[in-house]
Parts: sequence; structure tokens; C-alpha cells
Amino acid sequence: MRTFIGIDLGSTTTKSVLIDENLAVLGRGITNSRSNYDVAARVSKQEAKIAARFTLFRNALGKDAEHLLSDLERNFRLEQFLSALRQLEETCMGYLDHPRFQGTKAALRQALESVFRKIAVEAQTIYAPGAGRKSDFFRDIAGSRFMNLAEAASREAGIPFETMLNIYDKSIIDVESQVDPDETVAAQMRSGLTRSLASAEGAGVDRNEALSALGKVLAIELEETYVVGTGYGRVRLPFPKEQIRSEILCHGLGAHMMFPGTRTVLDIGGQDTKGIQIDESGIVTSFQMNDRCAAGCGRYLGYIADEMQIGLHELGPIAMKATRVPRINSTCTVFAGAELRDRLALGERREDILAGLHRAIMLRAISIISRSGGVTNEFTFTGGVAKNEAAVRELHKLLKENYGEMTVNISPDSIYTGALGAANFALRAVDH
Amino acid sequence: MSTRPVGEIVAACEEIFEDLSFAKPREWKAAVPGRKVIGYMPVYVPREIIHAAGMLPLGILGGGADMEVIHGDAYYQSYICRIPRSTIEMAINGKLDFVDGMMFPSICDVIRNLSGIWKLLFKDKYVRYFDAPQNFREEVGGVFYANEMRELRDGLAKLGGREVTDDDLRRSIAVYNENRRWVNRVYDFRADFPWKAPSAEVYLLMRAGMVLPPEEHTLLMREYLAAAEAANRPMRDNCRVVLTGAFCEQPPLSLIKSLEMSGCYIVDDDLLLVTRWLLEDVPTEGDPIENLSRAFLLHSAETAAKYEPDVARKGSYLIDSVRKRKADGVIFAAPSFCDPALLDKPMIISRIEPLGIPYIHIQYAENSSQMQPIREQSGTFADSIKLWSAS
Amino acid sequence: MSPPEVVKSLSQVKQKEMIGRNYDRITGGTAKVSSTFVPGNLNELLMCFDIANNLPEINAIQNAMRKKSGEMIAEAERSGHSEDVCTYVKADIGMMAKGNIAPNGKPFPDPDVLLLSYTGCFTFMKWFELLREQYKCPTVMLHVPYAADGQPTKNMRDYIVKQLKEDVIPVLEKVSGVKFDIDRLREYLRKSAIAENDLVWMLESSKRRPSPVDCYFGGVYYMGPIFTAFRGTDEAIEYYRLLRAEIEERIALGLCAQSPDGDMPEENYRLVVEGPPNWTSFREFWRMFSEAGAVVVASSYTKVGGVYDYDGFRHDPDHPLETLADYCLGVYTNRNLPTRVDMLARNIVDYDADGLLINSIKSCNSFSAGQLVMMREIEKITGKPGAFIETDLVDPRYFSSANVKNRLESYFQMIDQKRRAGGSAAASGA
Repeated sequence: MRTFIGIDLGSTTTKSVLIDENLAVLGRGITNSRSNYDVAARVSKQEAKIAARFTLFRNALGKDAEHLLSDLERNFRLEQFLSALRQLEETCMGYLDHPRFQGTKAALRQALESVFRKIAVEAQTIYAPGAGRKSDFFRDIAGSRFMNLAEAASREAGIPFETMLNIYDKSIIDVESQVDPDETVAAQMRSGLTRSLASAEGAGVDRNEALSALGKVLAIELEETYVVGTGYGRVRLPFPKEQIRSEILCHGLGAHMMFPGTRTVLDIGGQDTKGIQIDESGIVTSFQMNDRCAAGCGRYLGYIADEMQIGLHELGPIAMKATRVPRINSTCTVFAGAELRDRLALGERREDILAGLHRAIMLRAISIISRSGGVTNEFTFTGGVAKNEAAVRELHKLLKENYGEMTVNISPDSIYTGALGAANFALRAVDH
Repeated sequence: MSTRPVGEIVAACEEIFEDLSFAKPREWKAAVPGRKVIGYMPVYVPREIIHAAGMLPLGILGGGADMEVIHGDAYYQSYICRIPRSTIEMAINGKLDFVDGMMFPSICDVIRNLSGIWKLLFKDKYVRYFDAPQNFREEVGGVFYANEMRELRDGLAKLGGREVTDDDLRRSIAVYNENRRWVNRVYDFRADFPWKAPSAEVYLLMRAGMVLPPEEHTLLMREYLAAAEAANRPMRDNCRVVLTGAFCEQPPLSLIKSLEMSGCYIVDDDLLLVTRWLLEDVPTEGDPIENLSRAFLLHSAETAAKYEPDVARKGSYLIDSVRKRKADGVIFAAPSFCDPALLDKPMIISRIEPLGIPYIHIQYAENSSQMQPIREQSGTFADSIKLWSAS
Repeated sequence: MSPPEVVKSLSQVKQKEMIGRNYDRITGGTAKVSSTFVPGNLNELLMCFDIANNLPEINAIQNAMRKKSGEMIAEAERSGHSEDVCTYVKADIGMMAKGNIAPNGKPFPDPDVLLLSYTGCFTFMKWFELLREQYKCPTVMLHVPYAADGQPTKNMRDYIVKQLKEDVIPVLEKVSGVKFDIDRLREYLRKSAIAENDLVWMLESSKRRPSPVDCYFGGVYYMGPIFTAFRGTDEAIEYYRLLRAEIEERIALGLCAQSPDGDMPEENYRLVVEGPPNWTSFREFWRMFSEAGAVVVASSYTKVGGVYDYDGFRHDPDHPLETLADYCLGVYTNRNLPTRVDMLARNIVDYDADGLLINSIKSCNSFSAGQLVMMREIEKITGKPGAFIETDLVDPRYFSSANVKNRLESYFQMIDQKRRAGGSAAASGA
């Protein structure tokens, strides 16, 4: 079938969206951006295609098989993880032939083997039904487990921890740049399905029907009819020129596709903030960006979280407990920490200060919006900061105070906005 | 009028200062039908002419520390000072809807262009850019300036629907002469007895003068002086400084307080220069426009926005002030991005350095809230003067 | 070292010669030298006194294009100048501190007079006050009032004429030892008007499709002679005559505008640009336009040293001092915002442009303060989209390629999308 793919290369993550010729979203993929954007693009595209196959499979089986499907995805991820883990082990072992490891080769081999064996066992728990994970990226999961286990293993084996770290660092890059070919993915899906069917989740589903349906879905050729890339211009995108669209336009169109009534879009990313005005067809009519200064970007909250030594995701919930919102005038990120310390020293509550800091970041964002042409109903808020309830609360207040009653749209999939718009551009490139 | 204690007078001034809805001037306008209010920005406009037209001159100094700027940011890039954006914010939020006209003096390009923005946004208001002459010869700059003032007078006459006569002007000149005398008395008093007239109080008193009719302001200053003289306040071992550079975008009140808290008495400043711009009484006999013109050309203060034709005299106003007020040092306080203050500073410094006058430099925005670093700096300055000065 | 040179045309060769000769004259040691500003540049008057005309703004530009301005600005900041202030000034102060070497490799002499033509920019006052500190030479203030209400008044004009008579001319006489001859001025003004006619012809040649010239990147070269030391000379007349002939030939051949890499193969976007260009990354900046097939058909910066098209002003030899006053009053940065809006809006319509691009300069308040409002007004009036980028004049720290390119590309694509939607509303794929 004809598919159209949009790829959004961000500085932290790369997103892909795959749509069919009717603009229906079949799959979304996300991966960490890495140093090689080519690879990031290919990996995220593969992820989107995998997700598309799951969607098609879901459509084939129908609503009753929901529990089976989520179990299948879980098992599939487990298969993927184990496969990547095997590759990682192989690669690590491969480095042991290097002359510098001559003396410690045997000890290293043993230590590595034990670490990888343990991670493989842990994988079952990591991917157990209902298990929560901080990150879904192989690098994050494998990396943290490796660090943890390698410390003990290296001590036991009497070899320096740095050596094991060294080998890991070299190997992970190789493993990360590999994109599994379609056949491997297909095999992983079949194997995952088999496991799921054998488990409790498989009850009530006809085994042969399911396997046959999956077989049909895997046989469908997902033709990459056109691919459009977008992302910050700083990096030379790995696409030919005709296949690149500015992230502003992709973001505007993506927001329009999610919320056709929207006219003003605010995107607060980690490193930049965009204010975009679009018309009724999703075409950008004006825009402003802040990409020079951390104030008003996600990074601002990152600094605050670091200052307070808490996780980024904890900021919002704490700020929600504020009883008053102090006026914090220093919009500069550099002084945010100083402001925080000052006020804590004066006895102000952490919750209140955080609420004030959240207001400060939203004020900066609203400045960009003002400059981009103001606020016209409906207002869409995208980007990582849109998940922060305290930021959203301040936004609602600011909008109401200054622009009146407004519909504010926030989608849980907002991180895919740019890629979605890019996919649409891909379709337009072919179907005019 | 009963003499209130100094605290009460200051509280009344502070209320006016904090009131961004401008209740007092609105009251003044509503009291008599047909009254008009003319806003003016720093540094200097001949308020006498506005007054002579029966109108209230209203000093507009931005939105201050407590105003959040939301819409105003749509008008200015980030590398421009805050006063124009908070001023526009006030205008857009309707806070200045009762103001019938705005005057923009020739202080810098930002305020100059703001006059153009005002014309585009508020087509029904009287907008006047007021170009003070940079040529100070009577037959050249004086002629230009006198004509400028006549244009202003005629414009206000048209706006107000009544002629502005020479007698009206002479009467207003007298009123402002009196007002200025009292401003100078307050400043003299503060320089002589700074512990009796804290700068934050003097500042609030002068800010009230931006909003009240001059006659009322004069009475208020008299009252304050009497009350301040009567109050029993302890003297402190502070050093004496002249504050310069804050002639347009105003520092937050907390900054003025912080300087005094950290050990400095501000014995002179260029905050609200309009109140003391003319250094002598303007004659009340003869052609009032010519008199105002001559006063400006020959007897006005010095500031960054005014050209100094004689290189030898550059910086002399500040140096005279340091000497007259027996100041120990100078604090340059400039708003961020302020071209006039920042470009002038190196030249002024080169004049005071050879005279051994110590100085520091601080930068602020009208909504700065980080006072701790400023207190550190000014505190250290005060200490160093007290410890190392020859006197 | 540098990319292969596009073959220089006759006018380019002539211009290079003229500029070189002027620097030689300034550094030669025989002529008296005055420093003045491009807006309000009274070149014809200076010529009456045989005074060589040195323009510090041009020197700053030269240094920027040779990638030297960065260190000069750093030098000025080390000596106490703020990060926030005009980078032309800092580049000049820094240049003085670093030996004050002219583009011809010889040292600039101390000027004999500073003609402080206080026109359209507050910073000029401070700039020459700072230079006066250094050079301790005669400084004469010519206050050109701001045309705040759109049209300059008689009061303003009379004021300028008086200053010329009573201050400027006497000082120039004293410095040069040459008596003022008003007929000599008339003669130069007559010549100015001739060159100005061809200048305007050049500016208006961009109304064609395709435009034979770029009136921003190309324009800053073409406006050189008329804005600098050559207005009023036979050489300038000759230059503009050559330039006109070259452009006429380009038109006959149906050529698109030039780029740093030769003629553009096609013209995809026609833009009006407001604001000075960035000088430190000039060619790179130009390429972002030319590689997308974007030509600038009109710009406000090509009016910074004098406006000749908007109200048809020409120097008038019959009213020599009054015409100098009118010239000063009419330069772009001395116009009020509503007039600037009108000028740019008309440009968009008359030159058939796709939209307005504003290059907002961080350190120049005269141009920059109010540009956001201007953009919105012009969008309203013309219905065409505007875009906003931020760079600086000569401080290399404030030009971010990625930043600028991102915005430009988004803008070009925005125009594309608008065209597509406008052309086939029903056939849209969405």
C-alpha cells in the first residue's frame, strides 16, 4: 500500500509518522537522536512502520483482541530488546581481540558474560506486563543496567570498571546504528505473537486465525511512496532538498491536522520556542521563534530541576500545590537558580516559588506568541512542556487574563506534531 | 491644610505611585467637563505650556516593577529597554484611555519611534514629538525652539478649544517657578540632612508630582518638608553619592531603598529631571515663549540626550553636583540597553577619574527584582569610601 | 583563498577605483579631512572647501567585510563600552585603538573637523562626542530635526539653513582656508541631480520581471557613490551612466539578478527588505536568498543616505542651502514610522513583491524600534506575509546562520504554500 512518511529530527529525539493516502495515521515511531542523523531517521522510520503493522493487525483482529495486542507489543519489545542485547554482547566480545585487552581478556570475557546473562534475565521483569519504564530506548535501559551490574562484576573480576565502560561505549554506538531488516522484524513479531497466544492473554482468540492475520499483515508491502524530513536547520538533514520542509510549516500543518479549528500554535521544545499563526487550511501566516535564549524553553525547567535536584517530571506536581504565585521578574535562566535560592532563604515555600517560575516561563512563551501575531481561538499547545500541568495552568490563566475565553488544545501525541505535518507534505508532494 | 506626620504623607505618595489606574488624574479630569490630560515622557517638556492650556501634564514613566508585560512584548524585540513596552502595555490595557495626548521628547531613537507607534495605534489622540534644540544660540536654536513651542501651544489650543494667551503662559510659568523652587528646597534639604529625608521618600514625593497638578504638588512638598524637619530620625554613618543615568526608565523603588540600606545616602540624582531641568526661575515679564526658550538654551541641566558643544564642559554638571552636594562618589545606574546612558558613561567617567571621584556602575530594568547583588556592590562601595577616603 | 571572481563590470571597476582614490586622498596627507555621517552627508558642501570626506560608517562596513570588526568591537568593550550599544561605534573606536588603519593599509589621519550631521539617529551625537574626546578637533553640530509628523516644517528647514550659514560654513571655511562660493555649490548640486536621476532609474528597474538587479545585496554597492564622497562629482555621473547601460543590457538579455556566484538562473521570490544588511556574513547571507531564487526588489537601506524615489526629491541648485536641508530632512531614518510603513507598503505593491522581510539589527534602535509594528501594519495594508529575522551590523557574534536560514526557508515555503492555496483552492490535498 502507498504510505507517506514524515520524519522530524529534533535535538533530543527523532520522530516519525506514517500515514496512508487518506491522511489516516497508521504508525508513529520515536528514537533518541544520536550523533548520526541518518541512523536516527532510519530507526524512527522503522519504528513507525512497525507501529503501522501493529495498527493493521489490530484492524484485522478487531476490538476484542485488545488485551492480546498489548501483550503482543510487550513481547515484541522484549524480543527486540533481547536481539539488541545479543548484538551488544557480540560486539563487546569482538573488541576483546584488541591487543590492549590481551592480559585481561579472559577475566573480561567472564565479567561481560555474567553481566549480559543477568540483563537477559532482568529483561523478563523489565518487559513484564504492567511494568513501568522511565525510557523505552534500548540505550537508556541497557545502559543503566550495564553500569549498575558492571560495577560489581568488575570488582569481582579484579578489572578496572573504566575498561568495561570503554568497551560498552564503543559497542553501543555500533549496535545503535543498526536497523533491523524487515525480515528480522517480521520474525520478532511472529515469535512475540506465539508467546502471547500461549499465555493467559491469548485466551479466547483463535490461534490459527491470529497467526494467519499476522501473516497477511506482514505480507503487505508498505511502500515508502514519499518521505519528507524536517527539523532544526542547524544539522544538514540526510534528505535531498525537495524532500525537506521547514519545521515551522510542518508544525503548523500537524497542529491543524490534530485540531482543525486551531489558529494559534505554541510549541515549547527543549531548546526553542515557536509561536505560529495558521489559517483555516493549516498554512502558516506568520511566526516567531526564540532559539537563542533558554528563557521560555524547556531548558529553563531543566535548570530549575537541576538546581532543586529533582526530576523534571516532578516540577509540575510540586508547583500545583502552590497557594500563591509570586511575581518572579528575572526571566533569564542564568538567574533562575539565584532567584530560587534567594527566596528559599527568605522562607518562601518551594511550591510557591516553583509556581512563580512556571509563570515566568509561560510569560516568556506568551511574549513570543504576542510577537508572532497574538492569540486567536483555538489555541494549541505542543511540546514536552505541554505535559507539565503547572505550566498548563499558568497558560490558561495568562490566556484568560489577556485574551479572554479560549479553547486550549493539548494532545498527548503532541511530540509528533512536526512529523505529522511532514507526512502530510509528503502526501501533497505526490498527490498535489 | 493640617500637617500630617511624615509617614502619612509618604504613604499617600506611595499610593499614588502604585496606582496604575491613575485614579487621581482621572478624578481631576472628571471634576470639570472639558478638561484634558496630556501625557509626557522623560526627560523634559515645557509643562508650563500644557498647564497654560488648562490641561494636566501627566508624567508617564512606564508601568514599573509590578506590571507584567504581555501585549507590550509584541511591539519590541528583546534587546530594547522596558519602558516603551510597559508604556504600550498600559495604553493597550486602557489604563491611559483618559489621556488626550502624548508628548515624546527627543531623548533617544526608541522613544522617538514610539511617537510613531502611537500615531499608528491611536489615531484619535494628539501626539507630539518634541525636538529640543541641540544648537544653543538664541538666533539659531532659540528661534527654532520658540517656534516649536508655539506649535505646541497652538496644537493644545486647538485640542482644548480655547486660545492660550501670553498671560496664561506667564501665570503657568510662575506656578512652575514656584514648584521648582520647592523641588530644589527638598533636594537641598535632603543633601544637608539626608537622614531626615530618605531618598525613597523624596522619590515618591517627586513621583506624586508627575501625577498631581503642580499647585497641589507644591503644597505637598511644603508639607513634607515641614514634617520631615520635625521628625526625629537617627543619623547614620552613610557615604554620600550622586546617582546618575536613571533619567528615563526608572529603577524599581526597591533599588533606591537598597542603595540606602547598603550604606549610601543619595544626595543628588537625575531621576525625574523634568522637575529641576531649568536651573533658574523663568522670567514672568515679557514674551513667555521667548523666556522659556532662553531658559532652556542658557539655564538647563545636562544629560546624555543633550549635546555639549564645549568639550571642556562635558561632565561639568555632574562634577558641580558632586562638589555642591559634597558627595563622596558617583553611582552610574543605567537601564539595560539604554543608548544615551551607556554611550555617555565612558566620557563622564573620563572626567571624574582624574579628579579622584570614586564610582561604580550598576545596570537595571524597571522590573529588576534581584537586589542582593546590587546591595553587595553598593555596600562594598560605601565601605571602601568610608575606609579609604582621605576625609 | 577566495571563490572564483565573477567578471567585474565596467561600473564595478570604476567604483573600486573611485573608492581607492578617495582613501588615498584621505590618507594622503595633503587634503583636509572631515568625518561625517551617511544620513545627512553634505558631500557637495564639503567639496566647496576641497575637504576630503571620510565616513566612519563606511569604514566600519569595510572592516566588517574583511572580518576585522569582531576584534575591534572586543577592544572597545574592553575599554568600557557596553555590549548593548551600536556596533558601528564600537568598531570605529576599536579601529582607532588598533592603529586606525584604512582599507588601503595606510593610517587614517586625525580629522581636521567632525561634521556632526545629527540626522535620523541619536547615536551619531554620542559617536562624534566620543571621537571629539580622542581627536580634540573642531566639531560642528548640525541638528536636523525629526520629521515627526511626516512632512518637515518650514521651521525645521529654516533652522537647518541657519545652522549652515552661521555655524557649519564658517567652521568649514576656517578649517580649510577656502572661502565659501555658493555658485560652486550650485554646480555640484546640478551634477548630483543628474546622477540621482540614474540612481532612481536603477532602483525602479527592479519593477520588472525578472528583476535585472538585486536592490539590497546588489543595491548596497550601487548606492555607494551617491551616498558617499562622490555625489556632486562627474565621476558619480559617469558611474551611474555606466551602471544604467549595464542594467539596460541585462534587461535586453532577460537576465535575472546577480548573486555572489553569477546570475541567478531563475527568480522564484520577490521580496522587499527593511533594515540594514549584516556585513560580517554578507555573502553567506546573500546566498541564502540567491540559492532559493529570491531577489530583493526594493529595500529601505538603499534610502538610508537619501530618499529620491518616494517624493521625487532631487538636489536643487536654485535653492542650494534649502535643498541641503531638504535632503537631510528626507533621509529614511529621519522619516516617521507611518511614512516608513507607507514607503514599504508601496514598494510591495509597485514592485510586485511576495512580501516583506525585516532584518532587525540588534544594536540599531533607529531602524529597529518599532519594526514589529511596521511589519503588522504592512501585512494589514498589503495582505502579503512578513517575516522577521534578527542579526547585527558588524558584530559577528550576532549572526547565527542556522537561525537565519531556518526562518528564511520557512518564509519561502510559507509563500509557496500561499501561492498553491491561492491558485487551486478546490484541488488542495488536505
